[in-house]
Amino acid sequence: MITLTDTQTIDIPVQSGDEDRYHLKLGPQHPATHGVLRVDLDLDGETILTCDPKVGYLHRGFEKLAEHRTYAQNIVLTDRLDYIAAMSNNVGYCEAVERLLAIEVPERAKMLRVMVCEMSRISSHLLWLATHALDIGAMTVFLYCFREREVLLELFAELCGARLTTTYTRLGGVRQDVTRSIMKKLDKFVEDFPACIEEYETLIDTNRIWLKRTIGVGQVSAEKALDLCLTGASLRGSGVDYDIRKHMPYSGYEKFEFDVPTGETGDTYARYRCRMEELRQSNFILRQCIEMMPPGPILGKDAPDLIMPIKPANKLEVDVPAKNALITLIEDRDVFMEGDIYVATEVPKGELGFYFISDGMGRPYRMHIRSPSFIHIGALSTMGQGVMIADLIAIIGTLDVVLGECDR
Amino acid sequence: MQILTIILQIAILLVIVLLHVAYATYFERKIIGHMQVRMGPMLVGYHGLLQPIADGIKSFFKEDVIPAQADKPLFLFAPVICLVTMLTSLAVIPFAKGWVLADINIGLLFIFAMSSLASYGVILAGWASNSKYTFLGGLRSMAQVISYEIPLGLSLVGVMMLSGSLNLTTIVTSQGNSFSSMYLFPQIIGFFVFFIAMLAETNRVPFDLPEAETELVSGYITEYSGMRYALFFMAEYIGMMVMASIGTICFLGGWNGPFEIPFFPPFWFILKVYGFIFFFIWIRATLPRYRYDQLMELGWKLLIPLALLNILLTGLFKILVH
Repeated sequence: MITLTDTQTIDIPVQSGDEDRYHLKLGPQHPATHGVLRVDLDLDGETILTCDPKVGYLHRGFEKLAEHRTYAQNIVLTDRLDYIAAMSNNVGYCEAVERLLAIEVPERAKMLRVMVCEMSRISSHLLWLATHALDIGAMTVFLYCFREREVLLELFAELCGARLTTTYTRLGGVRQDVTRSIMKKLDKFVEDFPACIEEYETLIDTNRIWLKRTIGVGQVSAEKALDLCLTGASLRGSGVDYDIRKHMPYSGYEKFEFDVPTGETGDTYARYRCRMEELRQSNFILRQCIEMMPPGPILGKDAPDLIMPIKPANKLEVDVPAKNALITLIEDRDVFMEGDIYVATEVPKGELGFYFISDGMGRPYRMHIRSPSFIHIGALSTMGQGVMIADLIAIIGTLDVVLGECDR
Repeated sequence: MQILTIILQIAILLVIVLLHVAYATYFERKIIGHMQVRMGPMLVGYHGLLQPIADGIKSFFKEDVIPAQADKPLFLFAPVICLVTMLTSLAVIPFAKGWVLADINIGLLFIFAMSSLASYGVILAGWASNSKYTFLGGLRSMAQVISYEIPLGLSLVGVMMLSGSLNLTTIVTSQGNSFSSMYLFPQIIGFFVFFIAMLAETNRVPFDLPEAETELVSGYITEYSGMRYALFFMAEYIGMMVMASIGTICFLGGWNGPFEIPFFPPFWFILKVYGFIFFFIWIRATLPRYRYDQLMELGWKLLIPLALLNILLTGLFKILVH
């Protein structure tokens, strides 16, 4: 055992060939790592030799927690995954559980889900654009984006009482119906928003410095992007036309008209263009939602009554520990309860998948979350090799990661 | 007696300049605020007018944290180098006819020398903090200052050739008193190079790499706090003012204006300097940041050839005219 006194120093052995390298631990507390991402860098001057992302600083053990809570209680956990687009996570989770338990969702609830999904996609993309531009140094875009995002967050607050942690969906429907005032405000937003997108684009779209900083940076070919399991706009920027909303529609997306924008070059600029186009498409979907919103109930007849405190005995029993809780539906029928299921939805960041193993009890035996951010961060070590520090920051921005979702 | 007068003059100049620095920060925050659809400081005083003073008091009473691993003497000394060199270069700037502390013959060279010395403060701060981000910031600053000092100097050679002097007062008087005789028009290429190099020299956006917030946390000032941080801050703003003054003197005709203002001859000078500072702020609100290698490319491949071309053209012009 070595004891150190004040006068003693220890020589840290330097590995051979390592002398010229400059080790830099970027993060976990760093303004540009979007939360608590840590990236261990080996630098030669400003050029990155190796790039090694370290995650886990925001780990809260949601997958394990979920095993001790009923399906309904777990909705709350999904807010805290991608806290920028909590609505999409709520919808993704409920879609998965409903398919597991074969619960029908009424049309109006489906449409409401699409609506909040697209609202959260816009708000998430706005935050992405704001921080991405700020990372590259364009400060003003940040505040312009937050101006519009504020409108959406206020709408969320009016709809379900919370701006970020919404917990809006329920198994078999949604929590609250929209009011006329919400629809009016949303209509105004949808009306004004295209002009706002143009405003952001005038600031950076043809800005020479912006082009220099994004074109050719973090380039990924289509094959490479598939190998790296990229999804969402990060994949579409490389020219792969893959959008779950289009190719495996859920929650009634097949009824909507929208394009899936793809890029060609697969660099930061292509991904930027993709997401800007997605903002327009989401706005278009919102417009269709407002026009097509069908009347009807917002909660299915079939749904387990999980909204109010449970009274009758044939509902979900929460008095007993969650371990023994049983799913009891209003109608007595056979539901698919034992086995496993994987259901993926398109969230703003990419493909969010929920994998359940059910043993027939009222709680998941095992819940696994396939979070796009985790997989995108995995791509960082490949994409970040040989670039400069400033480019690495741009790449972290363009992958659009949220550490809450990555670390779970 | 003469010494006393000079000391008094210096004291007055410093107080006035430091007040201007304080309110330049207010000016910047207000303008950027309004450009970014917000209000800027509003709480302290009427429309936040006392905010700079509150900030000054705050940073004066803040704890001065010195990292345990830092090279203490250098760490303490670095901000002083920055500030002192910047303040010294104020001595040769003529604010109006005869309103100059030291009317020396090599005024322009003196200012260059001082601004080069100021980069020692930045580099030493980066080194002495013994932190990785500050070190990278210091290195970036060193490379940037060396690369941009050259086009900055070369861009003003044309002005020197036209006026035949390095004395700042002579440069202004040789431009004459009319709008069309400003050196801006014959030296338009020189002005372009000067303006870009000036942004880089003062570490402003889009060349704020030494303190790139989203890359290097705060660059060379990461470990500084309290008054020492404020010293760097003041040095940066005085640097902006000095560079804007040189631009005003060399290209915009100094204190000359459309008509004379009685009792306050520096009026036009100050107006032009604030015009420059407004441009600094406007650019900061608009542009993203260059990458390190792109910055070098711009300096060496575009600005230096342009500046040399400008010298060549000016020389040809002089030969043809005489």
